[in-house]
Amino acid sequence: MTERLDGPAPAVPREEETSRGGASGPADTPSTKLRLGPSPAVAIAFLLPAALLLGVWVVYPIVYSLFRSLFDASGSGFVGLGNYATIFTDGSMLTTIRNNLIWVVVAPIVVTTLGLIFAVLTERIRWATAFKLIVFMPMAVSLMAAGVIFRLVYDEAPDRGVANAILTTVHDTFSSSQGYPEARPREGAQSAVAAQDGGVVTKQPAQAGQPVLIPIVGVKPATMPGNARPAKAVTGGGGLAGTVWFDFTPGGGGAPNQVDSGEKGLPGMTVEAVKDGKVAGTATTAEDGSFRFEGLPAGSYVVRLPQDNFKAAYNGLTWLGPTLITPAIIGAFVWVWAGFAMVLIAAGLAAIPRDALEAARIDGATEWQVFRRITIPLLSPVLLVVFVTMIINTLKVFDLVFIIAPSSVQPQANVVALEMWRVAFGGGNNQGLGSALAIFLLILVLPFMIMNIRRFRRENA
Amino acid sequence: MTTATATAAPAGLHAGAPRRGLVSKIVDRLGSGVIQVVMVLLGLFWLVPTIGLFVVSLRTVDVNNAEGWWTVFTKPAELTIKNYSDLLASGFTSSFWNTVAITVPTTILVIGIAAMAAYAFAWMEFRGRDTLFLIVVGLLIVPIQIALIPIAKMYGDMGIFGSIPGVVLFHTAFGLPFAIFLLRNFFVGIPASLLEAARMDGAPEWKIFVSVVFPLGKPAIASLGIFQFLWVWNDMLIALVFANTDSQPMTKALQSQMRQFGSNVDILSSGAFLSLIVPLILFFAFQRYFVQGMMAGSVK
Repeated sequence: MTERLDGPAPAVPREEETSRGGASGPADTPSTKLRLGPSPAVAIAFLLPAALLLGVWVVYPIVYSLFRSLFDASGSGFVGLGNYATIFTDGSMLTTIRNNLIWVVVAPIVVTTLGLIFAVLTERIRWATAFKLIVFMPMAVSLMAAGVIFRLVYDEAPDRGVANAILTTVHDTFSSSQGYPEARPREGAQSAVAAQDGGVVTKQPAQAGQPVLIPIVGVKPATMPGNARPAKAVTGGGGLAGTVWFDFTPGGGGAPNQVDSGEKGLPGMTVEAVKDGKVAGTATTAEDGSFRFEGLPAGSYVVRLPQDNFKAAYNGLTWLGPTLITPAIIGAFVWVWAGFAMVLIAAGLAAIPRDALEAARIDGATEWQVFRRITIPLLSPVLLVVFVTMIINTLKVFDLVFIIAPSSVQPQANVVALEMWRVAFGGGNNQGLGSALAIFLLILVLPFMIMNIRRFRRENA
Repeated sequence: MTTATATAAPAGLHAGAPRRGLVSKIVDRLGSGVIQVVMVLLGLFWLVPTIGLFVVSLRTVDVNNAEGWWTVFTKPAELTIKNYSDLLASGFTSSFWNTVAITVPTTILVIGIAAMAAYAFAWMEFRGRDTLFLIVVGLLIVPIQIALIPIAKMYGDMGIFGSIPGVVLFHTAFGLPFAIFLLRNFFVGIPASLLEAARMDGAPEWKIFVSVVFPLGKPAIASLGIFQFLWVWNDMLIALVFANTDSQPMTKALQSQMRQFGSNVDILSSGAFLSLIVPLILFFAFQRYFVQGMMAGSVK
């Protein structure tokens, strides 16, 4: 198994050898071959099965679709280019075309770049073969299975979908802001604070030297941060200071509105000092719930806990919602195709003459210069092949969108290849418009078809 | 290539390799450490989704809806093969065999028909050969969508809509351009002397094809075979249009369960995993041919 992904021996003989074969154009054909070769009738017999299948299943349908696209849904009324006009005027169709445009612009660039990065990095590690196998493996998996895999990855709940689980973990590690949904101030005549606009404010303005006590109740055990420490009433020190804490003594006892032992501070709360309706300073509570405003001019301020503190905690992104669905599916596409790009580009890298690179290094070129000025130009044919293959694949993308996008957001995730199926078979039953979409798809890949033919002729001239 | 070396030349002012100091050695070490870590993370990124599918397929719907699959590391007792036994009891096996019944004949047909055509293109003289082959090159990337409506109508008229042979023939036709292209390019490299010797002996063409060309073409045929097999095994679009509930392969059977993803996650995860087991085994067993076919197939 080892080494097999490291630039395999070429299965196809190099083009130079083909001229000896005598099949690359009449000019090189040895005259002896004509004499020895079989009669054209034999050739026709060998070609017949393939010609029949290609003619009936591939070529005839192109002609028929072209013809059928000029008729309406039932096929009886001639509509001229009406179906094509629908493609470019209908609102949902335009969304579809816009999505295809995003796909064609984003996906090939991402896949090719990642493939290049992977190919270069694998040259630096000892377990390159294992890495290549892992990244290449999705190529063997059906897009249907890949779709199911990513439906699971993109599950919105952070305790089910691995994408949001990672996002929330990273977010909670780096962000101090802590959400306390459904928490509220302890209210009543005894309390110094009251609820206002979804947040909490002190009833009376406070001054430096008077500790501000902000008792909070209704904190759910699940939202209580793990780093919360026993609350501490602030004493002394300069500036406006105070404590935000969970005014609840586990096991009973303790007085309301007072910091009792066993009660915990609420860390990560944003606290604002407000004067004349303007925010003069902000502070964040520490692990014991204490806060202190630094550099605040003397005076009296209303202390406020803004509404943001009481919003639900960060739950990651709605991957499968209308806005993110296309980028999310492109992510799955990249997962599938990066291995293809990597293996092709790695083979290209292996074919670069080492002495060209060594010469530049000896001349004092930095690694970056060598990469930018020598490796990339020498790789450009391979990069182009990967890039063009990816463009063609993105134009034809169907399975991933169909499987990953839940049916409610499929209109927002739609692409031409999927729309063609939906219109003609998935309930639409409009074969006129379906044929027009198929022809549109064919026209989109036509430039690459011509490019392939040209390149083939050039290389075999 | 010349421009590349020319532009790189101005950098070569200092003759000889610069001496590497201690600092640059440390930077190198750190750099390679960072690369190792980045590569491990990337590898995990590529591996984790599939592991997730596998674990989900081994847990009940209720457990899956309650907590993420990664909790398996703390609660391995929740694993069960119930999803798989339910799936097999539900008639999923018939769609597994449909997939086999579609994939195997298609692969054999494509190899046989394409090899014949490729031999003609590589070693026979006839008028219009080059033009015909260019048409094959052009057909390489024709989107399948173009044929769905016309062939559906044709199958309807012929009464084979929804049958396995109909699906097989469609796959075969659309597999041919790639197959002919791949094999022709390989056959062209067979030494002319071998063929000429056989022809001088008066061997008929079919005999040369069977006893000389086909055996010599084995590496390319193996590449083509594995590629074609995976392509058909993994297809969903053609199955959606041309197969019915009796002839449907696994991809179509699973797709019909997608609407209630949350409650069907038991069937979907175990079914998806079963459907990818065969391709994965093939991939690991024949990866060399797989890579070769891919390299040869992307028009160079």
